[in-house]
Amino acid sequence: MDDIAIKVDHISKTFKLPHEKQTSVKGALIGLLRGGKRSYERQKVLNDISFEIKKGEFFGIVGRNGSGKSTLLKLLAGIYTPTKGGIGVNGKLTPFIELGVGFNPELTGRENVFLNGALLGFNRKEMEAMYDDIVEFAEIERFMDQKLKNYSSGMQVRLAFSIAIRANTDILVLDEVLAVGDAAFQQKCNDYFEMLKKDEQKTIILVTHSMDAVEKYCSRAALIHDGKVKLIGSPHEVANQYTLENFDSGRLDGVDKENLSSFVKSLNLKLKSPLDLSNKDKLAFDVSYELNEELPVYLGISIMFRGVPVLESNSRSIAIGYKKDKKYTVSYNLPLNGFSKSELGIDIAIFNESKGQLIGYKTDAAKFYVTTQEDFKGGVMMSDGAWTVK
Amino acid sequence: MGYAWSLLRPLLLFVILYVVFVRFLKLGNDIPHYPVYLLLGIVVWNFFTEMTVQSLGSIVGRGDLIRKIRIPRWIVVFSSSISALINLGLNLIVVVVFMTINHVDFHKTLVFVPLLLGEVYLFALGISLFLSAMFVKFRDVGYIWEVILQAGFYLTPILYPLSKITNITLQKLIFMNPMAQAIQDIRYSAVTHTSSNIHRIFDGGWYMFIPYGIVGVLLIGGLVYFKSQANSFAENI
Repeated sequence: MDDIAIKVDHISKTFKLPHEKQTSVKGALIGLLRGGKRSYERQKVLNDISFEIKKGEFFGIVGRNGSGKSTLLKLLAGIYTPTKGGIGVNGKLTPFIELGVGFNPELTGRENVFLNGALLGFNRKEMEAMYDDIVEFAEIERFMDQKLKNYSSGMQVRLAFSIAIRANTDILVLDEVLAVGDAAFQQKCNDYFEMLKKDEQKTIILVTHSMDAVEKYCSRAALIHDGKVKLIGSPHEVANQYTLENFDSGRLDGVDKENLSSFVKSLNLKLKSPLDLSNKDKLAFDVSYELNEELPVYLGISIMFRGVPVLESNSRSIAIGYKKDKKYTVSYNLPLNGFSKSELGIDIAIFNESKGQLIGYKTDAAKFYVTTQEDFKGGVMMSDGAWTVK
Repeated sequence: MGYAWSLLRPLLLFVILYVVFVRFLKLGNDIPHYPVYLLLGIVVWNFFTEMTVQSLGSIVGRGDLIRKIRIPRWIVVFSSSISALINLGLNLIVVVVFMTINHVDFHKTLVFVPLLLGEVYLFALGISLFLSAMFVKFRDVGYIWEVILQAGFYLTPILYPLSKITNITLQKLIFMNPMAQAIQDIRYSAVTHTSSNIHRIFDGGWYMFIPYGIVGVLLIGGLVYFKSQANSFAENI
């Protein structure tokens, strides 16, 4: 038991969301007079989660927005109390849900350093000893006697981070605090995390969206999905699974133009036919791709008209190469005699052969125009019905 | 700057009340040192008001801290009570100055004053805990409390000497209010022995302990309610 820092034992968290929110005594009294029962919606944010974190581990928690990872973090930090189950914490735990909590904009930078230090449990003497280091790390010596409200947001975050890393604690809980400041400051943060990673005494729990950070720093990671632990394992496994999960919904959103999972190094399209084509010509293009891992794949293409696919096709009828780190090119030809005058786009995608899972795609990879002899006809299709007079 | 204002507010109120009630209405002619008597009552009542009102919004006002770091929730209420206590201390200095100017005899009973102020503090603390926890859920508690305070100001013999109420039963009823009891007893101990205190009113009957009982019940009730709500502050704010 001694080597375990945090033991999460079958915890669940349910939020009561009343349909009619009563935030006043008046409202509550009126509700009472009406005799109506207040109806609740129970939102189960976390559902029976259990895991253990060993001492000295750098543990990552990843998950999509709304998966419950921030709630989990607040439970670990003791800000929320679990509806069911329990959390055992072995050692002193300091949470950083947000940087610069308790910063007062009306006080100077210097005063805020001491204030924030007090919140971390340092006394005045200890803070005075650390003060110079903190200021130096934050790189804002010149501004320490200015009021905090005159700081840029980057300066505030840097100052907060510099104080936060002084925390002398056994377990650190960090939420999305990476990626602050400019490149030089990022490097400092990076060094700090590397140092934490090596430290056998400190246990770190990091909640993040950045898969780079997970793979770089974490020794183990958990993927939270819909309030449950979907996977606990090596950072690499978790990062891959997370990336895959993001694809399925990313495609539906159609927000990203290009999205490649860690399996795919590159996916490109090269148009061989001219941009302007008549419907007597052929559309021709090459799709080239390169994989990071040996994995049987197939390609898919969509010809798009105003965001709607008018033609879809895949390469399952032929065998295409899938060796690691090797560039392959596949050609596609399409006679355009079925098309009318239109402006069309091409989307390309690459799928995992065995699971049919999308592992990378590129929308609007190329555009082309189809022209026809008959100028009066609109729409995508060439075929036409017949008009008669009655 | 802030402290100067917190001194000026009760002093201005005192000047107004003094002019209206002592000069115009000739109240309290039978009580020696009536101005000091009046000021002391106002200072104690102001402390009670300030502490409860500040505490009431303290949990919600520090929501940023409560949702982000783990601190004992009662600290937040406690800290606003401390700032009220500091103001009380400053105001009491003014009272002492007035007492000296007015040549008030310093009685031996002065030693009871800190105890009685302690009673007021505990009373205010019980109410503060209760109100601050309730304010998280019900945001109109502030208005309701304001009305209660206003009623309390007139139900407590602050402006008028208790002797103006001739009905002895009514006097006893008023004395059930811990604030009335505390203020009267503080005046008795500090200013003049001619004013009525709880012992005199109740003639030493057992029910003279009722005000203390109310303080105890409110303090324990406040603590229990606050504790039961504290765990859900973070999600309800």
